[in-house]
Amino acid sequence: MAGILVYALHDDEGNFNKNSLGALSEAAKLAGELGTEAAAVVVGDVADDAAAGLGAYGVKKVYRCKEAPEGLAQPIVDVMAKVIQDNDFSYTLFGGGLLGFEIGAGLTARLNAGVTMEVTQVNVQDGKLVAERPILQDSQIANVGYVEEPGIIIGRLNAFDANESGGTAEVEDVQVELSEWSTKAKMVTRGEQRGADVNIEDANILVGGGRGLGKKENFELAEQLADSMGGAVAATRAVVDAGWYPYAAQIGQTGKTVAPNLYLALGISGAIQHKVGMQNSENILAINKDQNAPIFEFCDLGVVGDLHKIVPKLTEAIKAKQGG
Amino acid sequence: MKICVLVKEVPDAAVDKRIDPETKRLDRSGEKNLNPFDTHALEAAMQVKEGGTDVEEIVAVTMGPESAVRALHKAVALGADRSVHLTDDALSGSDVCATGYALAKVLEAEDPDLVLLGQQSDDGECYTIGAVVADHLKMPSLTQVIKMDLAEGKLTCERQAEYGYDTVEVELPAVISVGDAINEPRYPSLKAIMGAKKKPLDTKAIGDVGIEGDRVGEAGSRTAVLELKPPPQKEAGEIIEDEDTAETVEKIVAWLEERKLI
Ligand SMILES: Cc1cc2nc3c(=O)[nH]c(=O)nc-3n(C[C@H](O)[C@H](O)[C@H](O)COP(=O)(O)OP(=O)(O)OC[C@H]3O[C@@H](n4cnc5c(N)ncnc54)[C@H](O)[C@@H]3O)c2cc1C
Ligand SMILES: Nc1ncnc2c1ncn2[C@@H]1O[C@H](COP(=O)(O)O)[C@@H](O)[C@H]1O
Repeated sequence: MAGILVYALHDDEGNFNKNSLGALSEAAKLAGELGTEAAAVVVGDVADDAAAGLGAYGVKKVYRCKEAPEGLAQPIVDVMAKVIQDNDFSYTLFGGGLLGFEIGAGLTARLNAGVTMEVTQVNVQDGKLVAERPILQDSQIANVGYVEEPGIIIGRLNAFDANESGGTAEVEDVQVELSEWSTKAKMVTRGEQRGADVNIEDANILVGGGRGLGKKENFELAEQLADSMGGAVAATRAVVDAGWYPYAAQIGQTGKTVAPNLYLALGISGAIQHKVGMQNSENILAINKDQNAPIFEFCDLGVVGDLHKIVPKLTEAIKAKQGG
Repeated sequence: MKICVLVKEVPDAAVDKRIDPETKRLDRSGEKNLNPFDTHALEAAMQVKEGGTDVEEIVAVTMGPESAVRALHKAVALGADRSVHLTDDALSGSDVCATGYALAKVLEAEDPDLVLLGQQSDDGECYTIGAVVADHLKMPSLTQVIKMDLAEGKLTCERQAEYGYDTVEVELPAVISVGDAINEPRYPSLKAIMGAKKKPLDTKAIGDVGIEGDRVGEAGSRTAVLELKPPPQKEAGEIIEDEDTAETVEKIVAWLEERKLI
């Protein structure tokens, strides 16, 4: 068969992940160019019509393993390794996220297969897939090929768009005996939302706060600035992990993706995992005291300076304008 | 119990990394350092030991050229009891697949109860070595862990994944890569730095740990870099230095107004 296999992640309500759907569409497109087909793997309690519905994104077949739990990588490595070997898949593709990294890495070991990660584009060259992978903080792009099949491709968040073209997929249930070690990690609680349920996705103006704010209380600076412009406040993983701001406001690889009219970054370094969630903002303004911060490489206006000095005065000035 | 911590030598961060404002290229010749993300893994090991668990030893393990001993010295200064350096000409050019296999072989020889790693290497940014090593070692694993409690041979771990925070129970032996929010790494004492070179350091070649030569290095790698190219040019943004804050604020406001953002 020699096709492309994609893992489709879903949440506890059964909604498929947007990045997985993007990977399905991308795999279907590439499979077309290679003259083969794309298929998906789902695990856990996925209903017949939900599984078959993945056909809308271009896959012809869905392998479902009900016994394997969703949410942890290693049981899915067992399932995918078996499906790849039994059906001779040439490539496997993951959308951006976290689990795809872990599953892809596990498959690398299991199948002695090449892996690329943070891939932003995949091209067909001489009947083979070649992955474009930005390296060294996105300052270079490496075109990476595979010495042998199967090849594992882990996409960057939002690299692949989901396209609905219609169609339903054939669903095949597969039985897989899980490895002993795959059952030694158990999910206790999944997807806990820490902090208030704030809405950042509808805002035209977002003020993003990072570790540079210094402490939890200083998020007030970000809130006052956002208020002066009628915007909302977003955050980086660093400050969410630290408990300074709610998870619902987090932008990036394991948070939300936004594209407001203005993204105003306060004390944010601009790490790739943050950038992927906000780089499509119309206008990006960054205030950071480190002139070498990566965010200065992709902002429209960069201000090198101490946010504690600048932000209060900026808020005052904007308020004065808005009032006058 | 025995803990192995995987550490890597990387080009010095922040300081040297973006030093060339002209080419905007990374200067990789800078002084080499211990991967900063690995200091969180070492700290996590120390906290397990100091938290009342009977830890016989903490072993720092690296694979890299001769110079990588410096990373091991730093790891020992931060608390490791001894270190293992896997170094061999045959290893150079190893990709993720080959590196993970080689590291797993060294670890197998050490037979640890817990393997800790950093969330990413500062230069490679692959985020994957932990899960590769775990599959070879046939151990459960989890990456990006920001809280880890050990009780009765089980770790209770927390980490942020796609939908929020997950709490996962992991039985030992296990491979855990820790996120940078897990702890604040300590600074090494002067005494520890001075004493670091006196702690035992084993140097291993591939044959010493049963690594098959054709599975590592450039020849054993499963991927090949075909081409390197610059990223698509994006129009550079305007950068202003804040010298006089009143003036800076005026400039920002003008910029916002020009774009009809206020
Ligand atoms: C698998 C994975 C998933 C991830 N997912 C996400 C994600 O979804 N979202 C996310 O954001 N990150 C994510 N990260 C983490 C990401 O790599 C960065 O660690 C994080 O974005 C850094 O947050 P930060 O910019 O707030 O902190 P830092 O990187 O510490 O940056 C703080 C910045 O503040 C500046 N600063 C300090 N003081 C001042 C001051 N007084 N005035 C002005 N500037 C100041 C500093 O110069 C620095 O640049 C993920 C990482 C991994 C490995
Ligand atoms: N050559 C190496 N030697 C030892 N540990 C490594 C090596 N490469 C990566 N690691 C470990 O794997 C982690 C993740 O690295 P990476 O997958 O390259 O981003 C690092 O934080 C280290 O703990």
